[in-house]
Amino acid sequence: MTTTGTTAEPVVQVAELSKTFRGHLGIGRHTAVDRLSLSVSPGEIFGLLGHNGAGKTTTLKMIVGLLRPDRGSVRILGRPPSDPRARARIGFLPENPYFYDYLSAEEFLDLYARLHGLAGRARRSRIEATLARVGLAGCGRTALRKFSKGMVQRLGLAQAILHEPALLILDEPMSGLDPVGRREVRDLILSLREAGHSVFFSSHILQDVEMICDRVAILVRGQLRALGRLDTLVSRRILWFEVSVAGPLPASLPGERMSSSGGETLLKVADVDDLTRVLSQAAHSGAQVTSVWPRRETLEDLFLREMAREEPRGVGQEIKP
Amino acid sequence: MSTERHGPGAAGALAAIAVNTFREAIRDRILYLLLVFSLLLIVASRLLSFMTVGDEEKIVKDLGLSAIAIFGVLTAVFVGVSLVFKEIEKRTLYTLLASPVRRWHFVAGKYLGLMGVLAINLVLMSAALFLLLLVRGGSPWGLAPALVLTLVQLALVTSFAILFSSFTNPILSAVGTLAVYVVGHLSWSFDLLKARLPAGAPRWICDIVHYLLPSLDRLDVKMQAVHGLTLPSGYVLVGIGYGVCYSLAVLVLACLVFERRDFT
Repeated sequence: MTTTGTTAEPVVQVAELSKTFRGHLGIGRHTAVDRLSLSVSPGEIFGLLGHNGAGKTTTLKMIVGLLRPDRGSVRILGRPPSDPRARARIGFLPENPYFYDYLSAEEFLDLYARLHGLAGRARRSRIEATLARVGLAGCGRTALRKFSKGMVQRLGLAQAILHEPALLILDEPMSGLDPVGRREVRDLILSLREAGHSVFFSSHILQDVEMICDRVAILVRGQLRALGRLDTLVSRRILWFEVSVAGPLPASLPGERMSSSGGETLLKVADVDDLTRVLSQAAHSGAQVTSVWPRRETLEDLFLREMAREEPRGVGQEIKP
Repeated sequence: MSTERHGPGAAGALAAIAVNTFREAIRDRILYLLLVFSLLLIVASRLLSFMTVGDEEKIVKDLGLSAIAIFGVLTAVFVGVSLVFKEIEKRTLYTLLASPVRRWHFVAGKYLGLMGVLAINLVLMSAALFLLLLVRGGSPWGLAPALVLTLVQLALVTSFAILFSSFTNPILSAVGTLAVYVVGHLSWSFDLLKARLPAGAPRWICDIVHYLLPSLDRLDVKMQAVHGLTLPSGYVLVGIGYGVCYSLAVLVLACLVFERRDFT
């Protein structure tokens, strides 16, 4: 089974990773991650998808060394997560981060700059540049207790990229951001890839993943259900057409009526043959076709399909182009 | 793109975490509340001395040293037990441990930061007491050994606070740390207990518990300082050595516990 995207040395390599947790009052065990194998190549944006409780955060925590796997192995940049030399080259943003509210943004980043061994004057200039990069220029002296959720998220990104890491590991980086903030984070991730960084992030916002990821993995109840390039996982074939028609509709018009308002009806038309008939009959009856929208397969369709499937088929199998 | 960087090294990591802990503690209002109460008590000892029979200077010294010890211990316990727990609870720890610091750096850095706060507290409170005595024409210098050994006691109590806080919640940590403090001051009673126990296993167990728990009463020389009694030669140095070794052993245990923890 091949799980790598390219032949280059992976920046993250996870093999047969498993983690279970004790249940309430120590009774029973719950499997959070089950025999997960995947790898992230240098310069790649990799998205880990899954519903809440699918095992995304547990996986990321095992990768950065906050949790110890029950079974399996993790290598980041060729080293185990317990090795500080590996962690020196990663940046990590946890889900819903909370930082020391008694510090100012500058003091907070100064702590992390020191922990990464950045010295003296370079440290100060790096902090200023990083604050500007995440859209927090001018907020350096502000106490973190006065930060909004979105500002805290940006600051979390700032501490993750402060030391120019080779690999960024981000847990739900768009969480808590407004649409403008989400776009800015997407752009930041893309610019990091341009600069040669690798990004491994988890999300349940499929639109964001679809827009920026090179490869994705879908986790369902801790098991890997799909792994591969987006263009191979999602066929982009046309599933149906959505046709909007204004005016009186002939009774024999093919297609399922999805909705109707303001004299306009939305039809779901199965294929090109039916579409041709709809256009022709509408023209003869005096109705006006106002839009035709081909509905293609999306990541959401794939995700929902995998969610609905009970048992995994060939766990961890990558779909090759 | 990143260059090969190996992090700050042990000294740099310890210093960064200790400074941050120090900052956290000195920006905590509880600390100021305790400090103000202790300073008030030291000043109030002057008033109390008017109302009691005995040597006024001795009463001021006795109350002053007791206030310094009690408020030092309260700070060590109530700030110490929440230091590590708060980092876990609020998840501020996640990004710290994902950086190139080792887990023992974190535990030791927290300890050093709080010890810095306790030392400065003790110096401030001692300065107030010394000033009070000097103004009255008394001699405060004989109190120095008692104050040094009070700091050693605080070092021991703080190490237990950090140990408990590395695996349990602040309430249980506070109860555990205060229990160690109280039992540590009653360690002389193990000799009495041992005399009442039957020979054999019960006495061995009594001895083991006695030697495992810190002998804080031996580090308490307030009475000698107040009455101007001379301590045996090298007593303070031995006390410092005992406190440093014991605290280190407790901290190593805390690091081992912390090293094995999962952060869910």
